Amino acid sequence: MQLYLPIADLPVNVFLVLAMGAAVGFVSGMFGIGGGFLMTPLLIFIGITPAVAVASVASHIAASSFSGALSYWRRRAIDPALASVLLCGGVTGTTLGVWTFTQLRALGQLDLMIALSYVVLLSTVGSLMFSEGLRALMRTRRGALPSRRTHNWIHGLPLKMRFKRSKIYLSVIPVVVVGIMIGFIGAIMGIGGGFILVPIMIYLLRVPTSTVIGTSMVLTLVTMLFATMLHAVTNHLVDAVLALILMVGGVTGAQFGARAGQKIRGEQLRLLLGLLILSVGVRFAIELVIRPEDLFTIRELGVSG
Amino acid sequence: MTRTLLIIVLVLLLGGAARAERLIVSVSNHRVTVTPNYSGEELVLFGSVERDATTPADRTAYDLVVTVMGPRADMVTRRKERTFGIWINTDYRQFLQVPSYLALFANRPFDAITSPEIARRQQIGINNVLLTQRVGGDYADVVPNDAFRSAFIRLRTQRGLYREDAGAVTFLTPTLFRTGIPLPAEVPIGTYEVEIKLFANGAFIGKTETAFEIVKVGFEQFVATTARQNGLIYGLATAAMALMTGWMASIVFRKD
Repeated sequence: MQLYLPIADLPVNVFLVLAMGAAVGFVSGMFGIGGGFLMTPLLIFIGITPAVAVASVASHIAASSFSGALSYWRRRAIDPALASVLLCGGVTGTTLGVWTFTQLRALGQLDLMIALSYVVLLSTVGSLMFSEGLRALMRTRRGALPSRRTHNWIHGLPLKMRFKRSKIYLSVIPVVVVGIMIGFIGAIMGIGGGFILVPIMIYLLRVPTSTVIGTSMVLTLVTMLFATMLHAVTNHLVDAVLALILMVGGVTGAQFGARAGQKIRGEQLRLLLGLLILSVGVRFAIELVIRPEDLFTIRELGVSG
Repeated sequence: MTRTLLIIVLVLLLGGAARAERLIVSVSNHRVTVTPNYSGEELVLFGSVERDATTPADRTAYDLVVTVMGPRADMVTRRKERTFGIWINTDYRQFLQVPSYLALFANRPFDAITSPEIARRQQIGINNVLLTQRVGGDYADVVPNDAFRSAFIRLRTQRGLYREDAGAVTFLTPTLFRTGIPLPAEVPIGTYEVEIKLFANGAFIGKTETAFEIVKVGFEQFVATTARQNGLIYGLATAAMALMTGWMASIVFRKD
C-alpha cells in the first residue's frame, strides 16, 4: 500500500516502513536502547532526506522511550533528582543542537555533518563496546572477577548533591555536561543517545544499574520531545505521518525484542550491540568515500508567487 | 489592468495586415486536484489558428511552440568534490525565481521553426529559456553549456519536471492543433502559465496565453500546510501523538 508522506514529499510503502519500525523496535527492546541510530540511517537509505529523517525520528524515539519510562516508573527504577539535573543539560544541548542543525542546513553541509558524526561516534562507541564485551566474555570464561574502581576524578568535583534513589553522592557538573552532550548530538543526529548515555552513567558517574536505564529514558524522552518541537517550529521538517507509522511498528517490535533480550547473557548482548553500532558506522564511512552517483544536487528554497 | 489594455492596444497596432491570425486555445482542465493517490496526469491543450480577410492567402503552414511554466521558486544547485578523500559539497549556484515546472512543446524541431536569433529572443527551446543565476553579486543567465545550468536542467528533467518535446504538438487540420501536457506525480502546486507562440515561414507572428492551477487536497496536504504555517501547534500535536502512542503501548503490552 503506497502512502504519500507530506513533509518528506515522497510516496512510500506503508508495510515497508512498518516493518522497519518493528525491526528497529525489536533491536531496541532487546538492548534497552532507543534505536535512533538504526532508524535514521534506514530512513536515509530508503530515500528520505537526512534532515527529514533526523527530525521525524525524534518523535518516534519519544514514543518508545515514553512507554519504556512508564514501566520503569511503576517499578520505581527512575531517579527523579538525577533525571532533573540531567534534563537541565539536555534541554540546553538540544537547543544548541537544533540551532546548529539549522545553520548547517543553510550552508548545505548538513548531510555531510550527519554522515561524519555517524562515522566518528558509531565507530568509536561500537569498537569500545565490542572490545569491552569481548574482554568481559573472556573474563567470565576464565572465571575471574571484574576489577572495579570505586572512585575516579569525577568524584573530586565540587557542587556535590545527594541522589537518594540511586544512593550516590555526586557533583552536578559532570551530570549537566553529559546532559548537554547527549541533547546536542541527539538533535543533530536523530538519536536518543541511550547507547552512549547508559555506559557513561555506569562507568563514569557510577550510577547503579537499578536506576540507570529508567533515568536515561527520562532524559531521552524529554530531549526528543523538545527536539521534535524545535524541529517543527524552526525547520518544518517533522513528518508526522512517517513518525506515526514508525511509532506503531517500533513499540510493537520493542515488546518482542525485550523478551528475546532476557534470554541472552549480558556480555554477549554488549558484544552484539557493539558489532551492530560499528557496522552502521562503517556503512556511513563507505558512503562518504565512494564517488556519489551524481555530483550535483538541487534544493528548493521555497516557492514564492 | 492597464498593462493588459496596453498589450491589447499594442497587439492591435502591431497586428495590422501582416499579423492577422488569432489564436484561440483552451486546456482540458483549468483546475487540477492532486489527491493522495495521484500518480501523474496529462492535460490536453486544444486550439485553433483563426484566419481573417487580411491574412495573406499564401500563408497556410503554421508552426507552434507551447511553453508551460509552473510556479517560480529559488533553488540552489550544489556540486560535490573530493576533499581529503571524502565527497563534500563545495561549490554552489543559486537560481533565482526559476520555474519549478517547465515544458516546451512544438510541432517540429525548434531549429526548423525559426532562426537562432528569434529563438533566443522568444526563449524557444530549453537552452534559450532564461534561468537567472546569482553569480557573486551579479544576476545573469549563463551560456547553455555551463556545468551548473546543465546539471540543473538534467536533474529537473530526470524528475519529469523539465521537458522538451519537438513533436508533441499535432495539427489535426492545417489550423486546428492539440498537445498533451504531462504532469508528474510530484508536480509542484500553484499557478501554471501556458504561452502559445505562432510562427509562419520562420517569423514570429503572434502569441496567446492561458493558465491552469494545480491544487493539492486531502489529509496529506492538510498536514503539510499545517507544518509550514503553524509549526508550534504542529510540533505540539506530534509530541502529543508520540506520548499517546507510547502510553497506549505500555497499556496494551503491560505484563503485570
